[in-house]
Amino acid sequence: MVETGTAEASSLRSSGEKGGHWRRTLVKRLINRQPGPILRVSLGMLPFLLLLGLYLAASHARLEANPNDKLLPSFTSFGEAVQRMAIEPSQRSGEILLWADTGASLKRLALGVGISALTGLVFGVLLGSIPYLRANLAPFVAALSMIPPMALLPILFIVFGLGEVSKIVLIVFGITPFIIRDLQQRVRELPVEQIIKAQTLSASSWQLMLRVILPQVLPRLLDAVRLSLGSAWLFLIAAEAIAATEGLGYRIFLLRRYLAMDVILPYVAWITLLAWLTDLALRLISRRAFPWFHTQTGGGGA
Amino acid sequence: MSLLSFSQVWKEYGEHVVLERLNLTVNAGEFCTIVGASGCGKTTFLRMLLGEEQPSRGHIRLDGHDLPDEPGPDRGVVFQRYSVFPHLTVLKNVMLGLELRGARFTGRLFGAARRAVRDQACEMLDSVGLGQALEKYPSELSGGMQQRLALAQSLIMHPRILLLDEPFGALDPGIRADMHELVLRLWEQSGLTVFMITHDIKEGFHLGTRLLVFDKVRIDAQALHAYGASITYDLPLARTPAGTIEDIRRHVEEEVPRALEAAVN
Repeated sequence: MVETGTAEASSLRSSGEKGGHWRRTLVKRLINRQPGPILRVSLGMLPFLLLLGLYLAASHARLEANPNDKLLPSFTSFGEAVQRMAIEPSQRSGEILLWADTGASLKRLALGVGISALTGLVFGVLLGSIPYLRANLAPFVAALSMIPPMALLPILFIVFGLGEVSKIVLIVFGITPFIIRDLQQRVRELPVEQIIKAQTLSASSWQLMLRVILPQVLPRLLDAVRLSLGSAWLFLIAAEAIAATEGLGYRIFLLRRYLAMDVILPYVAWITLLAWLTDLALRLISRRAFPWFHTQTGGGGA
Repeated sequence: MSLLSFSQVWKEYGEHVVLERLNLTVNAGEFCTIVGASGCGKTTFLRMLLGEEQPSRGHIRLDGHDLPDEPGPDRGVVFQRYSVFPHLTVLKNVMLGLELRGARFTGRLFGAARRAVRDQACEMLDSVGLGQALEKYPSELSGGMQQRLALAQSLIMHPRILLLDEPFGALDPGIRADMHELVLRLWEQSGLTVFMITHDIKEGFHLGTRLLVFDKVRIDAQALHAYGASITYDLPLARTPAGTIEDIRRHVEEEVPRALEAAVN
């Protein structure tokens, strides 16, 4: 305790303090202390810089010992690899490989996620709103969602061949049950007061779904899609790794044979960047398209 | 004639008796306020009126016919919370009912029909004092304004009965007084029959033409759920139903003079 008050000062103090019940906080509690904007960004960057520094040091040490080491390439070799993959056309096909791979992968991802989102929306709203359909289909969807999608991949390859369809179906199979179940739950979380109110405004079941439930579920669909993007990428890369002729996953698994870390690491960084940008885009779309959802107290949030 | 009648209505959930031996007749234009301790079945009563719950025994009749067993546009409702649609602006919240009624498949109106509905909604919103907030979302409104919106949204359907479940329970006292004035004005203009649950007995006495008290008549200390609540007091209050005033006015100002005139000639 720091008690340096004079007699007059202490006589002015409230009786509460005389009782000695005050906790004199010299240091604010940790949970109440907020970093300023600059410090916040710096703190956020710190782990990235730390990882970068660690990599540079380790790479330098290994290359010094063996200039032909392929495990931790220098940034110069990254630059050369990116130049080779992203700017110069391939000698074999004449395509620029990074863009060809990105195009192929994003097309599969977009188709897979798009089909899943649409199916998930339709079934999520129907199962959430209609008790008969829920009784009929919810246990089936729950059982489907328990099947590990990767275990189905061989079946998909047998049924659909090694082409595009099996990869897209794997993504659809992997994330649709989750989206259906998530949206079904979101529908059921809508306050029952709203559903009653709509009926007192003469809404039929169909109108209720169309004008009350569907529009309120759309921003929640975007959230569900954001959450399932990680799995979608996983299934995409797994399918590409096993059978493909182009694609980001195909490329990194192909180059693994040559220990081409100078290409693999930039590819992984590129995939990460694509995933982050997709997430950001979905968040911005949601904010722009559904302003009411983000101002609701307790609704949706980030 | 009586608009609504309850005869020997019981509501039970398994062993748990919530309401028992409910008998009640309500005329068009009455404003019934409902008070009672928590857990005395006030809300169950309202949900039965809505059609959200069905009585276990007995009959509820509206205009002499059994009450439909699901909510419908003849009975409007305002809850304490969640009565308005967060994804629609104030104007669209009020237009919704008319649009649903006017376009059974799409639930949306276009062109002239839409403009007509829009004008009607604007007029209704003006009358509840929300004429300046047409393009706002409910989350941008205060609690009192949200309830005004919920009232406007219900009243534009011209229901026979308006059900209010503690609509002002979450509002500040000053705003509550404004809302009382609004509800009374709307009730007098529309000739609606109103049922309003309230926790505030003073509010019950102030607003209603009739006060219903829900309470348990019999209590078994060994089995608290064995007996349900019923209406223990049914008090007529000083306020006169709107229709009655109109009837008397017509009688005094038109029919009596006419009769006199006839007698003189």
